[in-house]
Amino acid sequence: MNFLTPQEWDVLGLSLRVAFWSVLISLPPAVAVAMLLARGRFPGKTLFDAFVHLPLVLPPVVVGFLLLLLFGRQGPLGALLDDWFGLVIAFKWTGAALAAAIMGFPLMVRAIRLSLESIDLKLEAAARTLGADAMRVFLTVTLPLALPGILTGMLLSFARSLGEFGATITFVSNIPGETQTLPLAIYGYTQTPGGDAQALRLSLIAVLLSLAALFISELLVRRATRRIMGHDAER
Amino acid sequence: MMLNVELEQRLGNFDLNIAFSSTQPVTALFGRSGSGKTSIINAIAGINRPSRGRIELNGEVLFDSALRIDVPIEHRRVGYVFQEGRLFPHLTVRQNLLYGYGKADVGPRLAEPATVTALLGLEHLMDRRPAALSGGEKQRVAIGRALLANPRLLLMDEPLASLDGHRKTEILDYIELMRDSIDLPIIYVSHAVDEVVRLADQVVIISEGRVAAAGSVAEVMGRPELRHLAGSFEGGTVIEGRVLEQNLDDDISVIGFDGGRLLVPDVEALVGETVRMRVRARDVSLALMPPSGVSILNVLPGIIESIEAPRAGAVDVVLKVGATELRSRITRRSVSQLQLLPGMNIYAMVKGVSLDRR
Repeated sequence: MNFLTPQEWDVLGLSLRVAFWSVLISLPPAVAVAMLLARGRFPGKTLFDAFVHLPLVLPPVVVGFLLLLLFGRQGPLGALLDDWFGLVIAFKWTGAALAAAIMGFPLMVRAIRLSLESIDLKLEAAARTLGADAMRVFLTVTLPLALPGILTGMLLSFARSLGEFGATITFVSNIPGETQTLPLAIYGYTQTPGGDAQALRLSLIAVLLSLAALFISELLVRRATRRIMGHDAER
Repeated sequence: MMLNVELEQRLGNFDLNIAFSSTQPVTALFGRSGSGKTSIINAIAGINRPSRGRIELNGEVLFDSALRIDVPIEHRRVGYVFQEGRLFPHLTVRQNLLYGYGKADVGPRLAEPATVTALLGLEHLMDRRPAALSGGEKQRVAIGRALLANPRLLLMDEPLASLDGHRKTEILDYIELMRDSIDLPIIYVSHAVDEVVRLADQVVIISEGRVAAAGSVAEVMGRPELRHLAGSFEGGTVIEGRVLEQNLDDDISVIGFDGGRLLVPDVEALVGETVRMRVRARDVSLALMPPSGVSILNVLPGIIESIEAPRAGAVDVVLKVGATELRSRITRRSVSQLQLLPGMNIYAMVKGVSLDRR
């Protein structure tokens, strides 16, 4: 496996790690928020909806800057994390994951919300007549039926993470081996005289990575959909 | 079983205002679509909340607006077979059947999974998913699933409505089998007379959100003033009887009832079994003298009780044959030609009897 240089492996590995964790940490809140938006009725729902979508319309640099203000070592949340857990995320790969998670959050919420809204509420009522409490209904009926939407949301957020640039570079800077994900590395090479060949190599990697993610998620979504609409169980 | 229902609820363009009690094993809520039947059983299940009222099952209060009691759906132990089945599409038949089984908390079990699958003929379907089932199979799974959750009461909301004629009969057989083999009171919602007559002991007729009539099946189903409420209902009487004889050579059974005997062809019942028969008013004609030389097998002597006119031209003559009421629909002209009056002795010729096995 010598197609890639050790440094390219580093960039690729870091990008995957950041994307993986960003999807993982945004999934539970995304399901909760999607549930709230799909089912909840409360004052200020429209405002809340707009707030959730904010990262989609704000310039990423603004998001990165706000994160820096909040989570920087002197920021209110950053100081708390440092005091309580000794955790510093500014200028760390964990900060990159957080930035990516926030940027991908609205996409994930949208996909999950759509599939939640398509679930027939009558099925949930049927489950309750069979003795299932609200939690069991959620875990055994709602979540499984929303699975295609959850998988789609995870893919969108994963892809968004791989491509995240503005918020990341603003919040955690461009530190090779720590916060330098694929887009940041490509950007770095384009700013270096004679770096075009390197930038192109990394760009090709990005293309392949995105295709692979799309392909795998399509496969998973199709399987999940077949399971729901589906015919006989696989034996 | 003792179920007391009393509720008020605003429903679209009319108010639901209902009070009835059910003590019989099978009670039918009967009425046209849109009369409020489904809303009533939804309230019993806890799926919708009446604005006012009280629902009590075997002495336990499930809902009481005054006392602010509203037992959550999952704690009511009231089973529900929905019109459209509502099977979980992502689960196999086996998983659907067992969904409520583990949760059944108190009391002895109504039935074990093996019993239910055998009773409903589901053995060969266990690994399928709902999308691969026919309409009738889906309904059978839905019934089994409700039974295995160990309910105290089973609500059935027009379980045959989405099925075609042949499947209807098939599921009706299964429901009958279930009624006779599992000790579970049923509230059966329907707008089809034949289903009600065949399955129910007690009927509550619902019309525009009110109870229009309630009582035993035989009592209620023959009343012509209720005919318009039932839509497809055709005037007639329901007679319960017992098979006295089975003549195998010509397939005629002799059925004794309170008032005489009826000869009925092709009865699939054993001697001694109780059957329920429906005699439509237009299948009964009248004669002043005992007729001779006619093909009609059943001629019953009776007394005219009253003469009613359900619509122009036609007249319903109500007779007493022994203790049993019979109706005859004849023309106004026949009434005047024969000079029929209440109190007269008369002979009723019964042309057709349809049988609903009990």
